[in-house]
Amino acid sequence: MSALLIAEHNNKSVKPFTYNAITAASQIDEDLHVLVVGFNADEVANSISQVPHVKKVIQIDNEIYENYIAENFTSAVIKQAENYSHIVCSANTFGKNLMPRIAALLDTSQVSDIIKVISSDTFLRPIYAGNAFATVKSNDPKKCVTIRPTSFDPAPTTGGSAEIIKADAADKTELTQFVKREEIKSDRPELGTARVVVSGGRGMQSGENFKLIQQVADKLNAAIGASRAAVDAGYITNDHQVGQTGKVVVPDLYIAVGISGAIQHLAGMKESKVIVAINKDGEAPIFSVADYGLEADLFEALPQFLSELNKLNTIQK
Amino acid sequence: MKILVAVKRVIDYNVQIRVKEDGSGVVTDNVKMSTNPPDDNAVEEAVKIKEAGKATEIVAITVGEEKAQETVRKALAVGADRGIHVKVDGTIEPLAVSKILQKVVEKEKPDLVFMGKQAIDDDCNQTGQMLAALLNWPQATFASKIEVKEKSLEVTREVDEGLETIEVNVPAIVTCDLRLNEPRYASLPNIMKAKKKPIEQINASDLGVDTNPRIDQIKVEEPPKRKAGIKVASVEELVQKLKNEAKVI
Repeated sequence: MSALLIAEHNNKSVKPFTYNAITAASQIDEDLHVLVVGFNADEVANSISQVPHVKKVIQIDNEIYENYIAENFTSAVIKQAENYSHIVCSANTFGKNLMPRIAALLDTSQVSDIIKVISSDTFLRPIYAGNAFATVKSNDPKKCVTIRPTSFDPAPTTGGSAEIIKADAADKTELTQFVKREEIKSDRPELGTARVVVSGGRGMQSGENFKLIQQVADKLNAAIGASRAAVDAGYITNDHQVGQTGKVVVPDLYIAVGISGAIQHLAGMKESKVIVAINKDGEAPIFSVADYGLEADLFEALPQFLSELNKLNTIQK
Repeated sequence: MKILVAVKRVIDYNVQIRVKEDGSGVVTDNVKMSTNPPDDNAVEEAVKIKEAGKATEIVAITVGEEKAQETVRKALAVGADRGIHVKVDGTIEPLAVSKILQKVVEKEKPDLVFMGKQAIDDDCNQTGQMLAALLNWPQATFASKIEVKEKSLEVTREVDEGLETIEVNVPAIVTCDLRLNEPRYASLPNIMKAKKKPIEQINASDLGVDTNPRIDQIKVEEPPKRKAGIKVASVEELVQKLKNEAKVI
């Protein structure tokens, strides 16, 4: 049997995490097929066909898939599911919304958010906000698995030439209508894949003060993150939230500014390679995971940090 | 409209999790337990909708061992009208929970089912979507705003890219984000009143649902520890370390 990965895309381009999910799915089963459900998404199917790990691309193209509605995507996947031992996708808001709906209809107990493939039925996954790792074995004949994308390297994007097969659309739901999407456009690297992330917490005290974070992020070509407290307080929009119920990031460098380090925030960033904490409370839990801790008032430290960075001849991008 | 709200009893979000030495799970004895945080948001939203005159009855339900009833009692204290406790011992997976909820929904016939988007113990994020699939109802997950219309809901969802708005016909399942509202605290008189509100007990086995786990938990272990870091004395030192020692800038 083969594995079927559900691609995430915006009908024009492949979302980067799809490549990480391809890596994980190909470790589950080398005979990996990728399903592209969309509208006028030929370019997406073409891009995916060039990934060497991919053996076949199944494209379902119909106007009902222009916007992502879980109900519609589920029936499209179910129509294909018969031939596969595993259905796989990313454990981001796309996959979290979609996969359980598929799993329930296949009468499968889903394995969520895996960080390691041990064998085709056994996986490692974090529980309790990453404070414990569970090794789990699925006994269902058909397995539904979501993948934590940051735990797997992205697959190469060129060199392959998988065949692209067209398949028919499924029925359209009348129960859910797409209304609108408010995407925040930014020239910065994406939070999930950025090499450097600079995050602010409640200590920033206002949305205005996030300018200090922005200046440092500009200098380091970094993405901007935030703790839940900062998002709840309205300093910054929800797409920046890092943590158990926000995004999980694993950058080379994570700089936490004015973030105390609640368990729920640590869940989203403690796998980062190098962690810096800047906080005036020397007892803040964030220091327990920081490689470099600076006990200081962020309103003095951030401008100094920027001026020190400006003194450097070169900065890695 | 009638709203069914599902709540789960979990280890309190402030508790430092400890893994059992034999690798069989995490320590739960003598550990503070609470309602799963986003489930509190689900209860709050239902109560607000009822206060706005758009709902007539709120039924709180939990699935779990005897003590799970505490979470239903708490929901009753903040405004749910009556409770249901489906008793089941041992591990129960989201698929089985959603099948139990399906049975209860078929009997209770609510117009809406609310619950938290994710439980903070197993971090599965499945039950709402699974229930929606089993009932063939629309789903609005990760809701940060709900507007009740005549025969539908307009729901703003928190997604990776920002915010998305969808309209779902009633009956519908909504899974709630922490930002949906600010859960209230129960007042003492309401806690006393809640003690008189009825909680119906049902055995999961009587519902004809197979609750046997499909997933074996082979072992639970501590995540790898980070090596201890250092405190730097100044911003200059920090930048120098990042440049020359960690080599990340």
